[in-house]
Amino acid sequence: MEDIIISVLQRTLIAGTPLLLATIGEVICERSGILNLGVEGMMAIGAVTAFIVTLTTGNPWLGLVAAIIATALISGIHAFVSITLQASQVVSGLALTMLGLGISGLVGKPYIGKPLAEKMATWPIPILSDMPVVGVIFFDHSPYFYMAILLALIAWFVLQHTRLGISIRSAGENPRATETQGISVYKIRYWCVIVGGAFAGMAGAHLSTSYSKSWIEGMTAGRGWIVIALTIFALWNPMRAIIGAFLFGGIFVLQYLLQPLGISPNLLAILPYLSTLLVLFIGALHDSRKLNAPAMLAEPYRRGER
Amino acid sequence: MNIKVTERIDIVPRHSVLTLGLSLAAGLLAISSIFMIFGVNPLYAIAKIFSGSFGSLYGIKETITKAIPLILIGSGLTLAFRAKFWNIGAESQLLMGAIFGTWVGLNWGPHLPAPIIVPLMFLAGFVGGALWGLIPAILKVKFSINEVITTLMMNYICNEFMKFLIVGPWRGKTKHGFPYTDDLPASAVLSLIPGSRIHLVTLLIAVAVVVLLGIAVYRTQFGYEVRVIGENPDAAKYSGIDFFKTTLIIMIISGGCAGLAGVGEVAGIHHYLSYPESISSGYGFTAIIVAWLAKLNPANVILSGIFFAGILVGGDAIQISLGLPAATVQIFNGTLLVFLIMGDFFLKNRVTFQWRGKGA
Repeated sequence: MEDIIISVLQRTLIAGTPLLLATIGEVICERSGILNLGVEGMMAIGAVTAFIVTLTTGNPWLGLVAAIIATALISGIHAFVSITLQASQVVSGLALTMLGLGISGLVGKPYIGKPLAEKMATWPIPILSDMPVVGVIFFDHSPYFYMAILLALIAWFVLQHTRLGISIRSAGENPRATETQGISVYKIRYWCVIVGGAFAGMAGAHLSTSYSKSWIEGMTAGRGWIVIALTIFALWNPMRAIIGAFLFGGIFVLQYLLQPLGISPNLLAILPYLSTLLVLFIGALHDSRKLNAPAMLAEPYRRGER
Repeated sequence: MNIKVTERIDIVPRHSVLTLGLSLAAGLLAISSIFMIFGVNPLYAIAKIFSGSFGSLYGIKETITKAIPLILIGSGLTLAFRAKFWNIGAESQLLMGAIFGTWVGLNWGPHLPAPIIVPLMFLAGFVGGALWGLIPAILKVKFSINEVITTLMMNYICNEFMKFLIVGPWRGKTKHGFPYTDDLPASAVLSLIPGSRIHLVTLLIAVAVVVLLGIAVYRTQFGYEVRVIGENPDAAKYSGIDFFKTTLIIMIISGGCAGLAGVGEVAGIHHYLSYPESISSGYGFTAIIVAWLAKLNPANVILSGIFFAGILVGGDAIQISLGLPAATVQIFNGTLLVFLIMGDFFLKNRVTFQWRGKGA
C-alpha cells in the first residue's frame, strides 16, 4: 500500500510538470495583457520538435533547446497579429492552435511509432533522494520537474518584486499609463508572448522526451486548454500555479488508479476536463473583483490613441 | 522607412471584397511556403486539393455533402460570434445532437413512419445541441466563466461520453462486438440524392436556417440586440437589453444548429453511432473559420461553407495521393484564419509607407 501511495505521488508530480511549465508561460503572457489560446498548438510543436531533434542527435537537451526556439518563433505569429495588428486575440490564438496541431501532424508523421532510445535521464538529488519516502517522491525526478519549480519561483519573484515585473503587470493593467512612463507596451507584450511560447515549448518537450519517449499525433490531449483554465485558477500567480498544476497532475494519475475498479476508462478520462469546469466554477463563486485578472486582458491596445 | 497607420473612417464594400481576396491569396501563398519547407510541391498539392473538390462531378457532390454541416454550424456561429460569445464547442454540440437523434431513431424508429420519425430526430438533435450549448452560456452570464474554456472542455467530455456509450451500454447487438450502435431502422434513414451522399432534407434545413438567421440578424429586434451586445456591452446594459436572455437564445440557436448537423451526419451518412472522430471530421472547428470568412453574415455562410467543404474534400484527396496526414487540413484552416484576421486590419486602417529622404 505504501508503495502505491509513493508511486502515485511521484507520478502526480511528473504528470503535473508540463502543466506547470506551460501555465507559468501563460501567466507571464496574460499578465502583460495578451491572451494566448494557442498553448495546445504550441505544446504540440514543442513535443514534435523535441522528439525529432532528440531522436536524430540522441541528446534530449538539444531537443529541449530546439523546442524552445520553435515555439518562441511560432508564438511570434500571435504576437504580431494580436499586438501589431490589434486583431482579436481569441481568433488569433485559435488559429495558432490549428496551425500548431497541423504542422506537428505533418512534420511528425514519419516519426509515429519510433521510440527514443533513451528519455531524459532522471537526476536524483544527492543525499536528499536517499531519504525514505520523501526522497523518492520529491528528489528523484527528471530535470524538467526541478526546472518547473525553479522557474515558477523565478517568475513569481520577477513579476512581484522587480521593476520588470511592475512594467509587465502595468502593461496588462493600464497600458496607456505605462506608455507615459516611457516604457514600450508593444515591446513588453511581444517579449511576454514569446517567453510564454518558449514555456509551452518546454512543456511539449517534456511530454515527448521525458513523460513518454514517443511522438503520437494529438499527444497533448487538451493539456494546452487545461493550462488556460489553470492560469485563471492560479489567479495569474506562478506560485499558485504550482498547486493547480500538481492538483491536475493528480487527476491525470487518478484515472489510471481507478481503472482496475471496473469503472469505464472513457468515463474516467472525463475527470480532468470535468475538474477544470469544477475549478472554474468554484473560482467564480468568489467575488470576481478579487479574481485580480489583468484589467486589459485581451483588449487590443493602440499606441497614441486618446 | 516610416510606417504610418491611420484609421479609415468609412469602409467601402469594394475594399472589403478586395481585402478578402487578397487575404485568401496571401494565405494560399503562406500555405505554399509551409508545404515547400516540408518537401511537398505546393503547386501540385493546392491543384490537387481544388481539383479533388471542384474538379469532378464526384468531387462536387462530396463537397456539397460536407458543406451541409459546415453551413448549419457556421450560420449558428455567426450569431454567437457577433455577440462575442466565443463558442468553440460546436464540435460536441454536433455530437450531442447526433447522440440525441440516434436515441430517438433507434428507440422510436421501428414503430413510426419516416414523416414522423425524421422530424422527431431533428427536433431531438436540436434539443441535444442546444442543451449542451446552454451550459457554457449559463456559466458565462451567471458566473462570468470564460466560455472559450468551458465550450472546449465540454468537447472533451462529450467525446469521452460518446465513446463510453458505443463501447458500453449502446453497443449494437448486430455489430459483432464492434463499438458501434445498431443501424437506424429504415424509416429513420434520410434519403439521398441518387448517385451521391447528399442528404437533401438536411441541405434544405441548412438553407432555411441561413435565410431565417439572415432575417433575424438584420431585420429583427433580436438581431439588433445581438449586435449591440457584441459591439458595446455597456451600451447594451444601459439600453435595457436582457443580457442573460439574449445570450441563452443565441446559444440555443447556435448549439441547436450544430445538433441538427449531427442528426444529418448520423441519419444521412453513417446510419449508426460510432467513434466521435468518424461522425464529425472536425466540422465544429472548421465552421469557426467558415463563420469568419463569411464576415459573420449568415447570408455569406453558404459560399464560405462550400469553400471550406472543398478544402476538406481536397484534403482527403491529398492525404491519399501525397500520403499526408489528416492534420494537414488544420494547416490550411489555421493559416487562412490568420490571414483573414490580418486582412481586417488593413481594411480598418490605412497603412502608408514613407521612405526617408522623399519627405513626408
